[in-house]
Amino acid sequence: MANNVEKVISVKNLTKRFGNFTAVDHISFDVSKGEIFGFLGANGAGKTTAMRMLCGLSRPSDGDGQVAGCDIISQSEMIKTRIGYMSQKFSLYANLTVEENLRLFATIYGMTDSRIKTAADNIFQELGMENLRRSYVKDIPVGWRQKLAFATATIHRPEVVFLDEPTGGVDPVTRRKFWELIYKASSDGMTVFVTTHYLDEAEYCNRISIMVDGKISALDSPAALKEKYHASTIDEVFRIVANDAKRNE
Amino acid sequence: MAILKSLIKKEALHIIRDKRTMVITLLMPLILLILFGFAISTEVNDVRIVAVTNQHNDMTRNILQRISSNSYFTFQGLVSPTEVDSLLRIGYTDAALFLKTDNGKISSQIIVDASNTNMAQTVTGYIQGILNDSSASNALTYTLYNPQMKSAYNFVPGILGMIFILICAIMTSVSIVREKETGTMDLLLISPIKPSTIILGKLIPYFLLSCLILATMLLMAYTLLGLPVSASIVSVVLVTLLYITLSLSIGLLVSTIVDTQLTALIVSAVMFMLPVIMLSGMIFPVDNMPIALQWISSIIPARWYIEAMRKLMIQQLEINHIAKEAAILSLMTAVLLIAAIRKFQLSAR
Repeated sequence: MANNVEKVISVKNLTKRFGNFTAVDHISFDVSKGEIFGFLGANGAGKTTAMRMLCGLSRPSDGDGQVAGCDIISQSEMIKTRIGYMSQKFSLYANLTVEENLRLFATIYGMTDSRIKTAADNIFQELGMENLRRSYVKDIPVGWRQKLAFATATIHRPEVVFLDEPTGGVDPVTRRKFWELIYKASSDGMTVFVTTHYLDEAEYCNRISIMVDGKISALDSPAALKEKYHASTIDEVFRIVANDAKRNE
Repeated sequence: MAILKSLIKKEALHIIRDKRTMVITLLMPLILLILFGFAISTEVNDVRIVAVTNQHNDMTRNILQRISSNSYFTFQGLVSPTEVDSLLRIGYTDAALFLKTDNGKISSQIIVDASNTNMAQTVTGYIQGILNDSSASNALTYTLYNPQMKSAYNFVPGILGMIFILICAIMTSVSIVREKETGTMDLLLISPIKPSTIILGKLIPYFLLSCLILATMLLMAYTLLGLPVSASIVSVVLVTLLYITLSLSIGLLVSTIVDTQLTALIVSAVMFMLPVIMLSGMIFPVDNMPIALQWISSIIPARWYIEAMRKLMIQQLEINHIAKEAAILSLMTAVLLIAAIRKFQLSAR
């Protein structure tokens, strides 16, 4: 990445300790505007803890960083207004309709009624969900629910959107379609920070980092990593890098 | 403000759309009220009674007249002394009254089927009342506050005490924990909403629902069950609102401690519902309990609430007579609410 590109996430020596256990151990990295940044690692490697610190949910024990122009220690409340978040469970309110869910979260992020209306109309048109507007979320297929969750996480046009294993439990075709949404958001200038267990998806990212035992063991573009480790897929790279992990799941 | 409004709306939609919960919530208080008000009655009605006399005279006729005209008794007629035992045994009658006239004086004996002790005691009391009435040396008895000894509205305070624990504590804790389970709580916590707004967004809908139920219950108690209307009704509402707040705090506290809906349900039911029924004095009087249980019962909010309600609703006392109960309830509410909010905000970190 060129140096003149605006950095949306920038952390230095970020550390989180729980008692004697160091969950995240001095990690440092930058993510540029519009980049799709893959955050990989085995279970228990410290991904979730690191992500919680970036979202302003958890206070670092050491180190510092900025997300969307806010300090993660002193301005954690302000970060919350500038980011979007989608978790692995497509957590939306099942007993509310598609539109009610969108409205609820848009209101929570401080959007006015008129802005919500325009944004919602756009989303329904783009996703082709016009006919599902009034359906309950519990009644629509998982693939649609996932798209809706993404739309909900990004309706307030956040600078960064954090996706925590967004494609868990869905078929490859739906996953592929979901990645088209991610590309679209990225080309609109939104930064995407994504964790995933599907290593084929890692190939879609601009850059990926692999966390092992709380540290970042590898960080580069998928192509460069494959070259460095003489591997043909990211899957192989991951095996090589994560091989010397000491922590169990 | 707009955020709080949309959170409340969301919660309201959830309550309304969950048909089963809605039906249970609205019907349960009514069913309990009717059940306790009419079906479960500590009054003893229709006591079947036979009598045995050795001679007929004005005095015996007078007593038997009183029994047969008394609505609590069904007088089954005179029988021979030898029949009494078998009549009681086959369950034909509940009690037998022996009247023996000797030299112009009556001595009496009551034989009563005590397979149900409560009933036997009440029946004995009734008969003695009649016997005393007919003799000259009777003690005048006044039953204050509930002159007809109606049990119908005696249970209203207890039912209120139970219902609000049910609605507020159980429903609130389950609904918060459900959001933890489905992950929507994460979305709320990661959003810019303040934790206090999330809490209010949960508490207000259930508070309003409780007010609706309170209104229905009071309306029924004052019309259907015939509870006398008096100025104390204002205090009834005030104390109940305090108790509702207290129950909501319990619900909030439970939700911060447990992680699954099932545990929330069990914790609320076992730790709060059972004590309300068994130890609050709703059914079994606190004064009759062993001293250890009396101590335990004093930490049960429902005990103080029910005591206050009895004084206000049945004794129709002024609010200053329940200062002690109100103070204890306020203290409990403050402690629980602060603990719950602290705990919730910690878990939000």
